[in-house]
Amino acid sequence: MKKLHILAAGVLAGCLALTACGQSGSPGATGPVVSETAAADVTVAGSPTFDAMKARGGVVIGVKDDQPGLGFKDATTGQYSGFDIEIARLVAAKLGYGADKITYKTVPSAAREDAISRGEVDYYVGTYTINDKRKTLVSFAGPYFVAGQSLLVRADETAITGKDTLKGKKVCSVTGSTPIQRVRDQGLTDQIVEFQTYTQCVDQLLSNQVDAVTTDDAILKGYAAQQPDKLKVVGDTFSTEPYGIGLNKDDAALRGKINDILQAAYDDGTWQKIYDETLGKSGSPASPPALQRY
Amino acid sequence: MTAVLYDIPGPKARARNATLGVVGTAVVLAVLAFVVYRLIVTGQFDPRLWEWITYVNIQYILLGALGNTLAAFAVAAVLSLAFGAVFAAGRLSDHAWISRPSTVVVELFRGVPLLVLIFILYFGVSRGLGIDIPAYWAVVLGLMLYNGSVLAEVFRAGVRALPKGQAEAAYALGMRKTQVMTNVLLPQALRSMLPTILSQLVVVLKDTALGYIILYPELLYQARFLGSQGQLGAPILQVAMVVAVMYIAMCLILSGLSKLLEKRLRKSPKAVGIDAVEAEEEKLLA
Amino acid sequence: MNVLFDNLSLYANGFLGTIELFLVSAIGSLILGVLLAGARVSPVPILRSFGTIYVNTIRNTPLTLVLFFFAFAYPRLEIADISFFWRACIGLILYTAAFVCEVVRSGINTVPVGQAEASRALGFTFGQTMSEVVLPQAIRSVVPPLTNVQIALLKNTTIAAGFSVLEAGGIYANLSERGYNVFVGLLWVALGFLILVLPLTLLQRNLDRRWSTSR
Repeated sequence: MKKLHILAAGVLAGCLALTACGQSGSPGATGPVVSETAAADVTVAGSPTFDAMKARGGVVIGVKDDQPGLGFKDATTGQYSGFDIEIARLVAAKLGYGADKITYKTVPSAAREDAISRGEVDYYVGTYTINDKRKTLVSFAGPYFVAGQSLLVRADETAITGKDTLKGKKVCSVTGSTPIQRVRDQGLTDQIVEFQTYTQCVDQLLSNQVDAVTTDDAILKGYAAQQPDKLKVVGDTFSTEPYGIGLNKDDAALRGKINDILQAAYDDGTWQKIYDETLGKSGSPASPPALQRY
Repeated sequence: MTAVLYDIPGPKARARNATLGVVGTAVVLAVLAFVVYRLIVTGQFDPRLWEWITYVNIQYILLGALGNTLAAFAVAAVLSLAFGAVFAAGRLSDHAWISRPSTVVVELFRGVPLLVLIFILYFGVSRGLGIDIPAYWAVVLGLMLYNGSVLAEVFRAGVRALPKGQAEAAYALGMRKTQVMTNVLLPQALRSMLPTILSQLVVVLKDTALGYIILYPELLYQARFLGSQGQLGAPILQVAMVVAVMYIAMCLILSGLSKLLEKRLRKSPKAVGIDAVEAEEEKLLA
Repeated sequence: MNVLFDNLSLYANGFLGTIELFLVSAIGSLILGVLLAGARVSPVPILRSFGTIYVNTIRNTPLTLVLFFFAFAYPRLEIADISFFWRACIGLILYTAAFVCEVVRSGINTVPVGQAEASRALGFTFGQTMSEVVLPQAIRSVVPPLTNVQIALLKNTTIAAGFSVLEAGGIYANLSERGYNVFVGLLWVALGFLILVLPLTLLQRNLDRRWSTSR
């Protein structure tokens, strides 16, 4: 028993000693795509959220940090990158806050509505699908992108070509997520596997434990782009997921303002530039969606 | 007890035991070797998958996560002990209007999964009462309510295990009920329950991991995050191995501490008269 | 109320999963735990040290990590293809058995020494002494703490939700995606667990009362 303790202490000391040396930087550094300068003298009349930003002297944006190509935090540099992040950055700039005034906050999916409504984040940009149920709790600017559910399979997979070929196959997605609920409701397969993150699902896919990973194509393309020799996205999308910017339910003024910002970015090509530099790298083109103002 | 369960082994049994020892060790080693072999074959010890550990930023993330885990543990441990002491005393009270509610509170928080408790604290209190609880405090308070309730039961068992004569003698000396409890019973009970209490504190340490549900950046949360780093090869298993070693090391140190205390107490003449097993009875929970 | 009634099948399936997981793991962990306790007091040194190392390691590892290794490391061993449900069961059994073992071992210590001495004097072997004399008497004193361990197991099943087992711990994630009030949804989950724990607690109190008088 005593030996075990000494061993344990040694291991811990080793862990700590390890931190004394190491390399910095990133294996794949990515800077901001569009460097917008912060707009001056912005006013949004009647927006409590905007007033809060002003009082704080900065903006807090809710994001995801584990989705390559969309909202991703590089652990080696602490930098955020991806399509969602660029959109968030653009909106912040047009509201008068440069990159140095932005605080990113990772919010658990199940807590998005709460984080927004209790003002923990000023707005939320992170593969947040607009739907009527959510509109009763928060409001949405946008959509700024329209994704659709698709399938990620191993590169050598031939049997799975679309949602109707899933019968008897093991399909993985994040626990309780809309895509997996859809698979369950439509009875596409009875072999459903659920993990906490898409990365874990992809790991299961690569170790032959599941046959396909399903969620929005935008997310899947991010993984396929990382390991193109091992993974591919197949089949047509079988849902429509309009991504919106989540806002406080009662803040119509800020919603209007952000919609204006998005529209301007659609019109002057900024949106296209952002897309081409992030998700567009996967090879599939896209054009700006139509805003749904309400 | 354990020593009288079987005869002292003779030469034949000793030889048999030695053979079994060699074979058993060989089997265990073979299983371990197989696991390591399979992991090597599947490329889990590929240098590329271990590269992440060399980045200074990641080392800081891990250290920070370790700090967060320990910060939540330290405060939760102290609060759990206080909560446990208060509600144990409450349950032992002669007044029904104190003991009944205490029983309800203890049973309630013992019955709800910690995961659910933390979530309710984080969201429920802000919705119901309009008080925002930061993630850190939601984790700490959740741990306090759950482990405090378990500890309350441990304390109570400790007090009940004391010889009746202790309380009787104290009453005979003219002490009031509160005095008997605080001056005579609780100090002795605490003493006899110390090993159990410390093993429950190991549980507190392990359970800080459930803070992930509200994204409290403790060790396991950061492990999940680092495992999703695609540009580093998504080292899910590698990060988990390192974090597992960190957890086991921390818990072993705590357990070691409890073993040390147990030994000290065994030697102490003051500890006589307490049925060690009674005390250990509530040693439990995961 | 709506949260519960709109998602009744989700709740039903979730708690059904929890109960299945609990029953299998409870039985498994009791059997393995008793065997481990036997190993820890056995005359064979290798069994004793194996039992000790096992218990000390497992008790100091978070359950999440145990389940994690069964979900992610196990497939790479390529032994046998076991479903995620059974892998979660194995993880829970291995974890809980360490706690059961410690409880049973301390229970064995409550049996008066004379019992074991007498059975040895009658020529019983170690196996006979344990199974015929010591364990039946030890059970009396271990039932209350054993119930505690099983209550903990019941609640620990929620952790399996993160490892592809449909059970009550995963309900909140489903609700959140469907746009329901997660907080209210979780209150119902909490209530469900209190209801599940209740019979166990009552059983414990009942046995506690009956046996503390006969002691």
